[in-house]
Amino acid sequence: MADPRIIIVGAGPAGTRAAEVLVAAGLRPTVVDEGSRSGGQIYRRPPPNFTRSHDALYGTEAAKARAVHAAFDALGDRITYRPETLAWAIKDDRLHALKGSRSEALAYDALLLAPGATDRVMPLPGWTRPGCYSLGAAQIALKAQGCAIGERVVFLGTGPLLYLVAYQYMRAGHAPAAVLDTSSYGQQLSGLALMAARPGQLLKGVRLLRALRRGGVPVLRNVEPLEVLGDAHGVDGVRFRDADGSERRLACTAVGMGYHLRAESQLADLAGCEFRFDPAVQQWLPQTDAMGRSSRANVYLAGDGARLLGADAAETAGRLAACAMLADLGHRQDARTVARLQRAMKRHARFAEGVARAFPWPHALAAELPDATLVCRCEAITAGELRASVTALGAPEVNRAKAFSRVGMGRCQGRFCGLASQEIVAAACKGRVEAAGRLRGQAPVKPLPIALLGEDGRG
Amino acid sequence: MTIDGACVEVLEGDTVLTALMMHRGFAGHSPFGDGRRAGFCMMGACQDCWVWTGEGDRLRACSSPIQDGMDIRTEAPKGLWPIPG
Amino acid sequence: MAEPRRRADVVIVGGGIVGCSTAFFLRQRGLSVVVLERWLVGQQASGTNFGNVRRQGRYLPQLPLANRSREIWGRIRELTGSDVEFMPVGHVRFLWSEEQIDVVEAYRREAATYGLELHILGRNAIREKFPFVGPEAIAGSWSPHDGHANPRLVSPAFARAARRDGAEIVENCDVLAVEKVGEDFLVSTAQGDYRAPVVMIAAGAWAAGLSAAFGQPVPLKAGGPQMGVTEPLPYFVHPVVGVATATAEEVIYLRQIPRGNVIFGGVRRGPASLGAERAKYDPDGVFAQFRQVLRLAPSLSHARLIRTWSGVEGYMDDNIPVMGASGKVAGLYYAFGFSGHGFQTGPGVGDVMAELIATGRTTTPIDDFHIRRFGEGGDAGSPG
Repeated sequence: MADPRIIIVGAGPAGTRAAEVLVAAGLRPTVVDEGSRSGGQIYRRPPPNFTRSHDALYGTEAAKARAVHAAFDALGDRITYRPETLAWAIKDDRLHALKGSRSEALAYDALLLAPGATDRVMPLPGWTRPGCYSLGAAQIALKAQGCAIGERVVFLGTGPLLYLVAYQYMRAGHAPAAVLDTSSYGQQLSGLALMAARPGQLLKGVRLLRALRRGGVPVLRNVEPLEVLGDAHGVDGVRFRDADGSERRLACTAVGMGYHLRAESQLADLAGCEFRFDPAVQQWLPQTDAMGRSSRANVYLAGDGARLLGADAAETAGRLAACAMLADLGHRQDARTVARLQRAMKRHARFAEGVARAFPWPHALAAELPDATLVCRCEAITAGELRASVTALGAPEVNRAKAFSRVGMGRCQGRFCGLASQEIVAAACKGRVEAAGRLRGQAPVKPLPIALLGEDGRG
Repeated sequence: MTIDGACVEVLEGDTVLTALMMHRGFAGHSPFGDGRRAGFCMMGACQDCWVWTGEGDRLRACSSPIQDGMDIRTEAPKGLWPIPG
Repeated sequence: MAEPRRRADVVIVGGGIVGCSTAFFLRQRGLSVVVLERWLVGQQASGTNFGNVRRQGRYLPQLPLANRSREIWGRIRELTGSDVEFMPVGHVRFLWSEEQIDVVEAYRREAATYGLELHILGRNAIREKFPFVGPEAIAGSWSPHDGHANPRLVSPAFARAARRDGAEIVENCDVLAVEKVGEDFLVSTAQGDYRAPVVMIAAGAWAAGLSAAFGQPVPLKAGGPQMGVTEPLPYFVHPVVGVATATAEEVIYLRQIPRGNVIFGGVRRGPASLGAERAKYDPDGVFAQFRQVLRLAPSLSHARLIRTWSGVEGYMDDNIPVMGASGKVAGLYYAFGFSGHGFQTGPGVGDVMAELIATGRTTTPIDDFHIRRFGEGGDAGSPG
C-alpha cells in the first residue's frame, strides 16, 4: 500500500513509542492528542514557562519522562502532530477530530488508539464537594500547577498511585493527614510474588512506604470509607470504619481518592472493537491479541486504554502495536525484537496481576452505599434511583438502568460513575458484575460545541 | 483577569481552575441543585468544571490556561437564555 | 420459576410501544397474551425516537387514531402506574417562507374537521410566545394540546403494566418462524414454541420478513433516526418545536425537558441494518443538524452536545403504516411500519388493535392503513 494513512490517538508513552517505530520504518503517522504538549497524563509536561526540572516534577520517573519527551520531540516534522485535538467520534474508517470549535474527519487505513486511563473511583457520600478530587487530579495539581489540592489532605482508595501521590505531597512539603487504604495488609502480601516480576518497581514501592512511615504519615489499611464530610463550601473531614470496625473521623481540608485506573476505552467502543471482561481488574476491556490488534482489522490498541499495565508497559505496547501495524501493512519485522517486546509485556502483565491482587477494587462497597449517595456526578443521580431502576422498573442490565435512571448520561458519559454503576446494578440484580453488562460508548467522547465549524470554517 | 466581576491576581501558567480555587473556592453549581462543584479529575475527563466567559462562551476550567483579560463566570451571564415570562 | 405460558389467545411478535400497549389493552379486555421480544422491550424505534407526542402535521386520515391516542396519553400514568414524563406543553412548527403559510392554513382548516385545534401565529405573536425562536421565522402553527414524553420509559411502562395484569412478556427471545398449523399459529423461538389462534406482527423494521412469509410482501426499509442531546441548560424551550417546510434538509425538531437537556433530531436519516442490534449516529451529519438547530433557537450556540444515538426504525415507501387484519390469513394481524412517527400513535394503536382482535371491529377508522394497498390479500380470509 502506498503511503498508508495512519492515525495515532494519544501522545503519551504508548503513542510516542508507536510513532517512533512507524517513523523509523519510513511512514508518516498523524498523532492526534488532546494535550497541548506530548507526554500524556503520566509524563504530562508543565506549561512552557514553568521552570521546575524533570527531577523535581517526575521524581523517580524523571529519566523515563525525559526519554519519552525527547523521543517525541525528535520525531519533529516527520509526523503530522495535531495537539489540543479531541478525537470525538469514529465511524466508517474516519476519525472525527475537534480543535477549538472546528471539526474535521480524518480518513485512515490504520488507527492506533492509545488514549490512556483515568482514575477508577467509587462514589462516596459527599464526594462532589469542592476539595474532593481524584488521585490523578491531586498529582496534576502538584506537577502541572505546583500547588496542593488542600492544606491538610487525606488520600483514600487503593493502588500504587495512592502511595505515590501521598509520597509526592510529603516531599513537596504537604505531608498528608493520612493514607486510608481499602485493601488489607494480607491482600498486599498476596500480590508480592507476582509483583516480583518487576523487582525494581516493587522495591520503589517498598521505599515509598518506608518514606511515608519515616515522615510520620499515618497509613491505615483495610478501611471502609463512609463519607467525605463538609458543607457546600468544601471538605472538612472524612468518616470511615477502621480495620477493627470502629467508626472514625479525621479532619482535613481536601480529599484525593482513587482505586487504581480505568481504561479510556470509548474510542475503541465507537470503532466497533469487541470487549471482554477482565476478571483480574474487574473491568470490560477491548480485546487485543498479544501484539495489540483489536477485533477490527485496522484498529490497534496500546497503553492503559487497552490494558491497565502502567507507563512502562505502555511504551512496550506502543512499540508492539506499531510492529503489528507494520507487519499487516507488509513491512518485514525483526522477529527477535518482537519476541523481546512480548517477553517484556508478559513481565508487565504478571506485575499488574500482582497489583490487582494487592490492591483489589473494593466492589462490595458499591452495595453498601447509602441510597442518597450521588453516583452520577453529571446528572446528580443517586444510588437509590439507580437501584430502583433495577428493583422497581426491572432493568436487567446497566444500559437499561441508564435508560431508566439517567446514570451515565451526562457530560462525562459515564467515565466516573460507569464502573460503580455496574457494581450497583449487579448487586441490585443479585448477580455478577459481568452479567450486569458494560455501559456502551456514545459519541461525542467529550462535549462538542453546537456552534461547530466544519473543515471549510463554516458552521 | 476577573472572576465573577472581581479582579484577581494570577500566576502565568495557571489553569482557570487553579485561579478559581485560589480565589473563589469553586467552579460552578450543579444544574440539579445539589451544590457547588469544583472539578474532580483535572485532566479534562470528568467535565465537572465547565465555566462561562462574559461573552457566553464555555471553557473547561482545568484544561484552559489563563490569559490576560479573561472574564470568567461561575454562572452563565445574564440574557443568554430567552426564558419566557 | 413457573413454567412459561406456551399457549395464549394472542401471541404478539415484537415488544415495542405497539406490541406492549396492545398486550396491555388485550388484558383489559380479558384475553391472554404473550409478547415475544428479540432484545429488551422498546429498545429500537420505540425507545430511540425523539419522543414527540404530536398530532399536528400528520397525514389527515391518521388524526382519529392520533386523537384516540392523545386521550390515552392523558391517562397514561393512571393506566400504567408509571411516570413516563408526558408533558402536554404544545407543539409549534415554525415557517421560514411565505409559501408555507397557505400550506399550514389549509392544514389547519382540514385538521379542524378532525377536532384538532391549531392556531396560525404571525411574526410578532411567535416572538412574544416563543422568545427563543430565531430571526428567520415568519410565522408559526401552534398546537396547544400536543407535547412530549420520554421514549425510553413508555414501552417498558406498558410492558410492566401488562405483566402486572397477567400478560407474559418474554425478552431476549428471537422469533425464528411463524406458521399456521391447522387453526393455530405456531411461533418458534430459540426458547421453544408458542401457540395461539391469533398472532399480531408488531416487529417494526423486522416485520416485512414475517408478512412476506404469509405471502404479503411490503416495501419496508430500515432507517436510523439521528438524535442528539445537549448538556442541561436553563429551561427556556417549553413546547416541542418543529418546522413546516417542503425542503428535507430543513426538517429539524427539538424539545427541552425541565431538567434542562435539549433533545433534537432530523435533517436526514442514517442507515440501519436489520442484522445489527444497534444503529449508529453518523457524525458527518452533525454540521447540517446544528445549522438547523441554530435557526430554531440561536441561543443554543452557547451549548454543547453531550450524547448522540440512533436506532432501527421501519419506514414504508408511502410513509403510511400497516395496520389491521391480514385479510389473507385468518387470525393474523399487522401493526408496523410507523415510519419514524409512531410514538404518538403507539398507545392508540395498541387500544385499536386490542379492540379489533377482541371484537372484530374498531370504532376508529384504520382502513387506509390496510396491507391490501400493496396488492393481493383480502379475499382468502375474513378480517377479524
